Amino acid sequence: MLRVIGSVVARDLRLAWRRPADAYSVLFFFMLVASLFPLGVGPETEVLRRLAPGVIWVGALLATMLSLPRMFAEDFHDGALEQLALTPYPLGLLVLGKTLAHWLVSGLPLALIAPLLGLQFDLPPDALAMLAFSTLVGAPTLSGIGAIGAALTLGLRGGGVLLSLLVLPLYIPVLIFGAGAVDASIAGTGAQAHLFLLAALTVGALAFAPWAAAAALRIALE
Amino acid sequence: MQFAHLYKFAAPAAFYPLAGRLIPWFWGLAALFGAIGLWLGLFVAPADFQQGQGYRIIFVHVGASWMSMFLYVVMAFWAAIGLAFNTRLSGMMASALAPTGALFAFISLWTGAFWGKPMWGAWWVWDARLTSELFLFFLYIGFIALTRAIDDPRRADRAGAVLALAGVINIPIIYFSVKWWNTLHQGASVSLTKSPSMAAVMLWGMLFCALAMWMYAIAISLIRARGIILERERHADWVKALLTEAAGGH
Amino acid sequence: MHWNSLSDFLAMGEHGLYVWGAFGMTALVMLLETWLTLRRQRAVRQRLARQLAAAMRENAQENAREKTGESGQGDAA
Repeated sequence: MLRVIGSVVARDLRLAWRRPADAYSVLFFFMLVASLFPLGVGPETEVLRRLAPGVIWVGALLATMLSLPRMFAEDFHDGALEQLALTPYPLGLLVLGKTLAHWLVSGLPLALIAPLLGLQFDLPPDALAMLAFSTLVGAPTLSGIGAIGAALTLGLRGGGVLLSLLVLPLYIPVLIFGAGAVDASIAGTGAQAHLFLLAALTVGALAFAPWAAAAALRIALE
Repeated sequence: MQFAHLYKFAAPAAFYPLAGRLIPWFWGLAALFGAIGLWLGLFVAPADFQQGQGYRIIFVHVGASWMSMFLYVVMAFWAAIGLAFNTRLSGMMASALAPTGALFAFISLWTGAFWGKPMWGAWWVWDARLTSELFLFFLYIGFIALTRAIDDPRRADRAGAVLALAGVINIPIIYFSVKWWNTLHQGASVSLTKSPSMAAVMLWGMLFCALAMWMYAIAISLIRARGIILERERHADWVKALLTEAAGGH
Repeated sequence: MHWNSLSDFLAMGEHGLYVWGAFGMTALVMLLETWLTLRRQRAVRQRLARQLAAAMRENAQENAREKTGESGQGDAA
């Protein structure tokens, strides 16, 4: 079972490696969105520090969302998805592999770059570490729920906007606990509770979302 | 035996005339309950000692909020049935319910804002209930947008069903996370529904208004379901017979 | 009953705008939804009936042509 998931992950990583521009553009989008906010609200450090966790987390949600349509689209167009669905392995497991690959390609870089953006907002070192950690823990949920949305909108016209409409409301808990963890670490009240809840969401999303996404893929492939 | 009887109505050909016979009854019940509820709410119930006459907004607000949540659950129920048993009617019912659910979510938001202005001094407050209601509204819009974007009705039904099920699992998580966020960021404020001691007559008024909205929701979604059935089954013999019969009658 | 007059009822103890704004919008959108749904249902029925009538006319014409053109085969059918 692990071998199946591993081979899907390895395959998707290889494909992503061959076309690195996709991952870069998502990262630059993330940096760009976060850099727009100081221009909008003014450069006062106090205000920026207060806004930073929310702004960076919202930026991460939007960046993840932009990378979602590519999750299945190429495999759908060149017929690889149909072949995956015909293999004797449960489609949910294969989708889990693709979800993990998406996390490695999109969530992990976002988590690595988030502290850099935090510096621009003058966050203290503790908060920077928490920002990276909470993004890392929360991102699998984003990939998991995103996989459902990506599978549902596969091959539809106007799929990108539709995808955001479907997926963003479901991202709210991750945003609340993720940004809350950073807030709590700034306030010094301890971010443990937030992180536990974030981890619980991630476990739940990885356990259930791939099966829902697999069902949606079967509908799209019919 | 009874279930076999019920199962018969799962066929659109049998459901269509049954729904047509039931619709006037639900309209009647909606009017009756609405009249009782409004009479109790506007004439019998006394003014609230804290909120004065302004509290009377709850008579429409609470019913609409209940219905918006309830209809999403009903929608997810039909969606699950449709996915599990592959019945055509379930998907039609789910897509017939969605616009009415969105409408009630909108009414709930609107009346909540009109209650908030005199009570909180602001049209919009990031209160846990209002915020979750807003996202429920977005969930409805997402469902409607997804099912409208897919041309093949079978695929639209099934994709909508997966989305409705994902949504119904997420609604409690969203609600509790928003509630948690709310308690962290601001102190408790006056709640829209939690009056310390709500008089029995107020409760009855609220209940009858909510019942009226329930009956209304059934009537309107049955009408919408009939439209969907006609359109999707237009090549079936019974629809052809129905249409020619109506044309000959005029 | 605790309203002394109609204007008292409409004023709702200074909250008239909010109470009637809420009740009014509720009534408005519910009536609007009813109207739109009924109109749509009627339109669907009329459109389908028209389409069906057109299809039946076409069928009848085709049958008539077939009968006059090849009488032997038409009888066998």
